[in-house]
This record gives sequence, structure tokens and C-alpha cells, in this order.
Amino acid sequence: MTVAPYVLAVWLLLVGLYGVVTSRNLIHLTICLTVCQSASYVFLLAVGYRTGGTAPIFKGIPLGKRAVDPVVQALTLTDVVVSVTVLGLLLALALKAHERNGTLDPQDLSEVHG
Amino acid sequence: MTQRARLAVFGVGALGLALVLAWGIAGLPDFGHYPGPYGMLLNRVAVPERHASNVVAAVVFDYRGFDTLGEELILFAAVLGVALLLRSGKEAHEEPRPMASEAVRAVTARLVPVAFLFGLYTIAFGPVTPGGGFQGGVLVALSLVLVYLGVDLAAFRKLTPTPVVDLLEGGAAAAFVGMGLGSLVAGMAFLQNFLPLDKIGTLSSPGSINLLNWAAGIEVASAFVLLFVELLNYLEAPE
Repeated sequence: MTVAPYVLAVWLLLVGLYGVVTSRNLIHLTICLTVCQSASYVFLLAVGYRTGGTAPIFKGIPLGKRAVDPVVQALTLTDVVVSVTVLGLLLALALKAHERNGTLDPQDLSEVHG
Repeated sequence: MTQRARLAVFGVGALGLALVLAWGIAGLPDFGHYPGPYGMLLNRVAVPERHASNVVAAVVFDYRGFDTLGEELILFAAVLGVALLLRSGKEAHEEPRPMASEAVRAVTARLVPVAFLFGLYTIAFGPVTPGGGFQGGVLVALSLVLVYLGVDLAAFRKLTPTPVVDLLEGGAAAAFVGMGLGSLVAGMAFLQNFLPLDKIGTLSSPGSINLLNWAAGIEVASAFVLLFVELLNYLEAPE
């Protein structure tokens, strides 16, 4: 049994979380969160893969040819869009935090507010 | 919390999470042998039924169109949040910054129309070949951001007047919802096709998937333009 794609997904999730926990910069923290989210792309696409399958786009290939699962691909598309919008919103929040407190370090932020 | 205590808590939590995930993965079907009945069914029926040779587009804009509505609204809400946080009413009075180098200006000037056209193409042919409103919308928005790179923020803002982009963004989201409600009023299922289907592989083949696809493309393009405008305007605004 090939487990490498699943191991990759778990590794991305954990390494992203490590970055979130130890981050000293809100921008860096936001990027770490998107690394976590990329674990879900890898995982979804790995789950939907069928050995020898082509992309589920039947233009120029006969209908009925073995293709990978289109549903998880659509879910991944949703996932990417959500990831980017969350990234945009968090960056805006980071800018505001910097404006209010003059620092981007989350550990200094907790000291500012006790 | 000290850095060491934080790492210790993370270590215990991460180990537990890794074990639970490993347990879950052990119960998954072998890689490459997922017996997804829903996906296999769609791969068989989507093309004859919906005349969209890109099955992913058929899933996004038809079979699971309701999910895509939620996705559009997430995008809409996030851009609204960014605008609420950063829009101050102050125009950015940028310091005249050093002009982009000759090479950057030459490349962007030639790239903007090509990238813009490629974005429109990616949206238009989404239901037929790889692509679609979401992917193409991002390309369209980024082709406009190239203007910022090659000229300056003022030129980018002039090219994308915020009231117009606001209107496009809201209008595209409203059009998506409106098509869903309209099909309900007409006695059909939410977001059901209401246009005639054409020969498979042609642009007009998948009926109303095209309209939803364009609504998504316009929504994504204008949402991304707004995100960039708000962030850049904030960063270049006077303190």
C-alpha cells in the first residue's frame, strides 16, 4: 500500500502548525496557516486518485475512459478559494494589529494586553 | 507562556494528532483505489447529461452548485471584511516613487493585454477544457495588478475604479443567487439548467453553466482586484 501522499498531507499539517505555534511574526504566521491548508489539498487529491486515471475532462478522450474522481477536485477548488480569502482577511488584520501596537510579533502582542 | 512550555504543549498535541491521523489513514482505501461511487457516476453521466466536457466544472456549477454559492459568499464576505478594516476614505497620496526600470515597464506593457485575454479565455472555455470562472478570474485580476508593478498605484486605481469594481462584485454575487432563486420560482430545482444544450465541446454546449461560470469569473476577478486595491492603498497611504 502506498501511503506517501497521505504521509505528505499529515507532515504539511504538522509542520504548518509548528510554524503557527512558534511564529514571531504575524505575516509569517498567516503563511504557516496556508501551509496547513495545503495539507487538505494534497489529502483530497490523493483520496480521489485512481491508478491510471486521466483528468476528468472528456475533451478529445473517449467517454468512459478511467478518470480520477471529479468531486474531490471540485472540493479542492473550493478549498483553494477559501484559503486565499482567509489569507487576505488575516493580512488585513495583521496590518491593523501593527497599526495599533507597532509590532507584528504575536508574543509581544500578548504582553501589551496582559 | 515561555517558548519551551509552548513547544512542550505543541509536541504532546502534535504527537496525539499524528497518531489519530495515522489511525485514520490506516483505514482508508489503498492509494489509487478509491471506490468513490458518486465521482464514478458523474464521470459517466455528466457529459451526456450536462454537455460539459469538463466534469469538474459540471460538478462546481451544476451538481454541487449550491456549495459554489456558499463559496462565492465566503469570497464576498472576506472582501467586505478587508474593505471594512482597511478602507479609511483617505486617498493614497503616494510619494512619486522611482519609476520601474525600463525592462519591467517594457515587459508589463506587453504582458497586461495578453494575460488579460488569457484570463478571459480561461473563464470562457472553463466548462469545455481545463479552467473555469475561479481560475480565469484570478488571471484577469492579476493581469490588472501588473499595471501596479509596471506603472504605479494611481494607474492601477484609475484602471479599476473602486465604485465600478464594487458594483461588479456585488452584481455577480447577486446574479448567482438570482439564477438560483429564479429557477425555484419557475418550478425547477435550485440552479437547474434553463437554457438549451448545444453540441458537446462547443462554447454554448452546457446551457446555464456558462452564465454561472461567468458570474463566478466576474465575482472572483473583482474580489481579487478589491483585495489588492485595499491592501496597496492602505500600505501606501500617509501615516
